[in-house]
Amino acid sequence: MPEDTITLTIDGQDVSANKGATILEAAADQGIDIPVICYHEATTPNGLCRVCVVDVDGGRVLQPACVAACQADSKVETDNERVVRSRRTILEMLNASVILEEAPEIQQMMRDNDADPQRFPHAQRRESELIDDNPFYVRDYAQCVLCWRCVQVCAEDAQFTFALTLNERGHDTAVSTAFDIGMTESPCVFCGQCIGVCPTGALKPKIEWGMEQGLDEDKLRALTRRGRKRDRDRA
Amino acid sequence: MNDDITAICARYQGRGREALLPLLWDVQTAQGSISPAQVHQISHMLRIPEADIFGVIGFYTLFHDQPTGRRIIRVCTDPTCALADADAVLHEVCAQLDIEPGATTADGEYTIEHSPCLGLCDVAPAALVSARGEPDRAMSQVSAAALLDGWAGDYFTPAGDENAVLLDGGLASAPQSLADYGDYAGLRKARAMTSDQVIAEIEASGLIGRGGAAFPTGLKWKFTRAAAGAPKYVVCNADESEPGTFKDRVLMEHRPHLLLEGSALAAYAVGTDRAIIFIRGEYPKATQILQDAIAEAAAAGLLGALTIEVRRGAGAYICGEETALFEAIEGKRGFPRMKPPYPTTFGLFGKPTAVNNVETLCAVPPIITRGASWFRSVGTAGSAGPKLVSVSGHVARPGVYEIAPGISLRDFLERQCGGVTGQLRAVLMGGAAGTFLLPSEIDVPLTFEDLREAGSTFGSGAIMVFNDTVDLRDVLLRLGRFFQHESCGKCFPCQLGTQRQVEILERLDAPLPGDRQRLHDIGMTMTEASICGLGHTAGMAVMSAMEKFPGLF
Repeated sequence: MPEDTITLTIDGQDVSANKGATILEAAADQGIDIPVICYHEATTPNGLCRVCVVDVDGGRVLQPACVAACQADSKVETDNERVVRSRRTILEMLNASVILEEAPEIQQMMRDNDADPQRFPHAQRRESELIDDNPFYVRDYAQCVLCWRCVQVCAEDAQFTFALTLNERGHDTAVSTAFDIGMTESPCVFCGQCIGVCPTGALKPKIEWGMEQGLDEDKLRALTRRGRKRDRDRA
Repeated sequence: MNDDITAICARYQGRGREALLPLLWDVQTAQGSISPAQVHQISHMLRIPEADIFGVIGFYTLFHDQPTGRRIIRVCTDPTCALADADAVLHEVCAQLDIEPGATTADGEYTIEHSPCLGLCDVAPAALVSARGEPDRAMSQVSAAALLDGWAGDYFTPAGDENAVLLDGGLASAPQSLADYGDYAGLRKARAMTSDQVIAEIEASGLIGRGGAAFPTGLKWKFTRAAAGAPKYVVCNADESEPGTFKDRVLMEHRPHLLLEGSALAAYAVGTDRAIIFIRGEYPKATQILQDAIAEAAAAGLLGALTIEVRRGAGAYICGEETALFEAIEGKRGFPRMKPPYPTTFGLFGKPTAVNNVETLCAVPPIITRGASWFRSVGTAGSAGPKLVSVSGHVARPGVYEIAPGISLRDFLERQCGGVTGQLRAVLMGGAAGTFLLPSEIDVPLTFEDLREAGSTFGSGAIMVFNDTVDLRDVLLRLGRFFQHESCGKCFPCQLGTQRQVEILERLDAPLPGDRQRLHDIGMTMTEASICGLGHTAGMAVMSAMEKFPGLF
């Protein structure tokens, strides 16, 4: 066996993995699908959604598969009782705070883990009005799961624009601009990358949103185009 | 409000993002809040995006992005202060001003807020007050009158007895001066030794960290010394914020030079001349005392090339987590990092860092001067050396006590604290992140190993005593609110779990079917799946209460 390869077991299967490979990668090679929400190939993994947690050698705490490296001769379980309890409870608690209607992958995760959508009645939801402040996209933070990916691509992971931040903390955390200024007043360059990495319907191109509202072409055009600058200056 | 902060900015000319919290503190103190125009100016000055600065202001509760009253009054309403009628004080203040907590009076004179534990549990109820342009003040045994009619007076925590070492034979009412403390004999002795010898002495003493995680101090220093990378850092974690914990405050306020000498010894051992003390923003008195003591020691030439800088937190319990603390010093939101890598190899500014609790560093000078064998002679094999605990609630004499580990909790409460007042109902060990002991369980010896065996913990050294007049559901609700307020929001289990937990604790008097199982699943999920120690312990007290007091649920 090559020196840069290690062996371990995942869900009872003997697996060889490259040294430094994450548990998520090694499991995927075996066709074992570990669910993820915050993880995205194009962004720095922060291991924060924790739905990818797995049990490594029955350790005191579970490990996030997206960032935890495979350890030689370890025994990984991706689907045991502890793992499923955490995964299911996280999904149930999330569903109690956030509208997940436009997040089919998360809905599927809930079904796969027997998560009860009504598990936490009378919960405080992260409510938010739809923000329609620019011609390119709308923001509906009632659907935001706080995966951080939009903030990351706006910053060092892609665009270096730094229009977005996280404000407040805990359950009150919210993605926002500085002092909640409108997008057109912010440094946003409307590159669209935040929309591309959003795992829910929180960020949406304005045309798509307008079509969902049943708007016809003329109205969509009025919504998303501002006219030529020369014409605007004259007006 | 005058938006011009040019004079403040000038103090930070040429510095980078690490200067953000100190600069924001200067603006907050001078102006009462930080405006968009000021953020714009700071952004250019320190080369930080405006959105990032806004996010930092929003993270720390002592910073404000909206105008505040000329005076800000924050009343602690955590469990111990609640026993001392803090709610009534807050209510009375609000009634007299005709506002709700969180609001500002129409004349712009007062802003009134709730506060998490201020570390003045022995002299409850406590408040932290700020007047525009003046240093913040912590106040003890407050009444509405004291909070509204001038802020006179000072507090003093009597502590220690004739045998105390860390507390030096019982403490005087003023900070110990350099003349009274001595000329850092331990440091002089250490300088005649090699760094490895100093580390070996600390290892031989069996000193384990006093912040809560109980990691062997000598080993931590050894790893830091051996790690590649420069400069290295010694960071003192003085972000003591665990409800019911105030031993580090007392050490800093009474024996500042003991901490400075301990920090200097740590720096000598790991091989650096950079030490930073990160102190919670709610400890203005200790902050000033430390700054004065550093100036005194430097003027006396005791520190040599070592620089010791005091960095002030700004209202975030999470910054007691060592990696979140680094983020705060680096000028960011206090999010805990993923570990590994550990601080000994990748700490502050990505450099090898030894981060130690205040009490841990204070134990170092006597170990060096008296020897490891002396330290071992106090306590037990697994819990060597004198240990400080903070006692609050229903005892005759709340305060900070130095114990020889091994004494039973019962004997300690009776002999050193003057006994329990009323009929004992429960003892909460380790603060909000701790566990309950029943009256039948207090014969447990106070050692790391015996408490672990009993399913309990020293944790931060907090011992909160409750008699049978206490509504334990109310205690749990306040603990739940504390964690909901202090969760940083990074990982889903803690961000969502602390919220869901408090929602259920709010209806404990009329629970829904299934609430017990919900609390259990929330607690286990936070414990097993969260990123850091805050989440790992945020359900601890509730799960402990479900086991010890099933009738409450």
